[in-house]
Amino acid sequence: MSGNSWGRVGRLGYLAYCSAVFLFLTAPILVIVPLSFNVEPYFTFTEGMLSLDPQAYSLRWYRTVAEDPEWLRALANSLVIGFAATALATALGTLAALGLANPAMPGRSLAMSLLISPMVTPVIISAAGMFFFYSDLGLAQTYPGLILAHTALGTPFVVITVTATLSGFDPNLTRAAASLGAGPVRTFRRVQLPLIAPGVISGALFAFATSFDEVVTVLFIGGLDQRTIPRQMWAGIREQISPAILAVATLLIAFALLLMLVVEWLRRRGNAKPA
Amino acid sequence: MRPALLVLPLAAFILVTFVAPLAVMLGRSLYDPLVADALPETLRLLRQWDGERTPSEPVFETMAGELLKARRERTLGRIATRVNRVQAGLRSALLKSVRKLRSAPRPDSWREAMIAVDPKWAEARTWHAIRRAGERFTLRHYLHALDLDQAPGGGIIRQPPDLRIYLPLLQRTLAVSLGITLLCLLLGYPIAYLIANAPPRRANLLLLLVLVPFWTSLLVRTTSWIVLLQTQGVINDLLAAVGLIAEDQRISMIYNMTGTVVAMTHVLLPFMVLPLYSVMRTIPPLYMSAAASLGANFLQAFRRVYWPQTLPGVAAGSLLVFILAIGYFITPALVGGQSGQLISNMVAYHMQQSLNWGLAAALGGVLLGGVFLLYLVFNRLVGVDRMRLG
Repeated sequence: MSGNSWGRVGRLGYLAYCSAVFLFLTAPILVIVPLSFNVEPYFTFTEGMLSLDPQAYSLRWYRTVAEDPEWLRALANSLVIGFAATALATALGTLAALGLANPAMPGRSLAMSLLISPMVTPVIISAAGMFFFYSDLGLAQTYPGLILAHTALGTPFVVITVTATLSGFDPNLTRAAASLGAGPVRTFRRVQLPLIAPGVISGALFAFATSFDEVVTVLFIGGLDQRTIPRQMWAGIREQISPAILAVATLLIAFALLLMLVVEWLRRRGNAKPA
Repeated sequence: MRPALLVLPLAAFILVTFVAPLAVMLGRSLYDPLVADALPETLRLLRQWDGERTPSEPVFETMAGELLKARRERTLGRIATRVNRVQAGLRSALLKSVRKLRSAPRPDSWREAMIAVDPKWAEARTWHAIRRAGERFTLRHYLHALDLDQAPGGGIIRQPPDLRIYLPLLQRTLAVSLGITLLCLLLGYPIAYLIANAPPRRANLLLLLVLVPFWTSLLVRTTSWIVLLQTQGVINDLLAAVGLIAEDQRISMIYNMTGTVVAMTHVLLPFMVLPLYSVMRTIPPLYMSAAASLGANFLQAFRRVYWPQTLPGVAAGSLLVFILAIGYFITPALVGGQSGQLISNMVAYHMQQSLNWGLAAALGGVLLGGVFLLYLVFNRLVGVDRMRLG
């Protein structure tokens, strides 16, 4: 490292700056967690909370959420749409990634650009287009419409993660399997799938997280019956911001941390393997 | 198995569920048959009109007939709205005239009867507006989206400065996105360097800190910023408690442009750090030591040796952040207030509030065109197949 030529002050200043950036990245998220246990209906720390008085903390807002049929319905909707979209996106995306990884694939970079495009297109434009198109087809305000929309938005993540895993994949393995008499399906199931499984699972988790956090298409093509958790939070932020929203946010943070740790663990497992 | 066959299902799926909707939206921005279908004869007669004097009796009579028919078919309101978007004030003229003509006995002259209801019918520009609203294939939504207008005699003119809405908004969106990109670079570059040069265990831990906001729900992060920044929020409370500000001088940091910039920088920072980190990881620290041993001080070594090697990462991260920023919708909608709105919010406004879908589609088309160009640059410079997540 270049510590010696920097001088101590420069180095300390640099570390202080970096710490401030890390604080900026994480503190806003963590500040919500203690506030969700506030016994008062406030969005800020009360005197009691600051003096760590146990009376100032409660599970009141968690109870409110757990007893509110609207939040429960939103959770059910999020899970149904999320699981269906994830299953579709993972199947389609993994197949496509297997094709894209093959050197014999014609028009590879063009195909890749098309398949990634839902990720870079501003979601407001995707949602507006889907509103027009899905309304014409009678898919607006239906579960299938939202599932298709979320699948389209989730597939790029699957394609990217599985392609990344496959880039370290030795094509001789499939040839070896074929020469031993395995058909393409058997080769996939016994040779390729176990090796790319970490990428597939990561992709699936990304796709699920995308759907689970998606609010714009729900705003445009979802009806009252299809309100998801993010949609419910959107309404909560815009209309009447109740501390119940902080309880939901804390649960979502815990869920996000869990997803993140699983994906990181899978990634490191994939990387640890000799390529 | 042929690789193209494996890609085909997803390609077909994306074409149907994603590309087709975009095509339909672009179609909406160029094709608007409502008025053309409702007033076919009137528009046919207007084609022979000299464009200057008040049209003759047959034009009035035909239009009155077609408007009354539209009223029976319950499309009159939508027609009036369309015409009104070409020229403000014509909605009421149309509706008022139809109401009067319907209740009165058949007049001797439709022309005089309609002009008596509203003198606008005597003006040439009214009829130009009807003719333009009747264009089946039209560029008027795009002209509108770019603050342009068609002059009555043909030719394109700019809207008067006080009526220009969309170009200033587009400018603001680009400026804000550029500012956020620079902020992300300023905040992201040093920490990417720190992570890339840390021992593996610490690097992994620090990387997780970058990934936490990346995985956390966007709505949660937005809620957090509201809790922190609002006038009765945590930061203002803190400042007031330590006496830096008086109770009545609490700072408005949210529901304005500050809120949009702070929250969007927070959201987009990981997209800058991750590409930078993956490039920096491949640069051996030896290069900097070598430069130092040759007598370069840190700044020289950084500028001449390290920075040039990180340019691919800088380009990838900046382009990604910029592309994501110009299309951002949720954060400005929730924390931007009046002054912090971006072009996407205008698309949403015309989709959901004003219901001017042609204009919403044209604004979306302009934004989509911009993103598409940037995507091509990104593809050229970085390559989509080199994109990594996490």
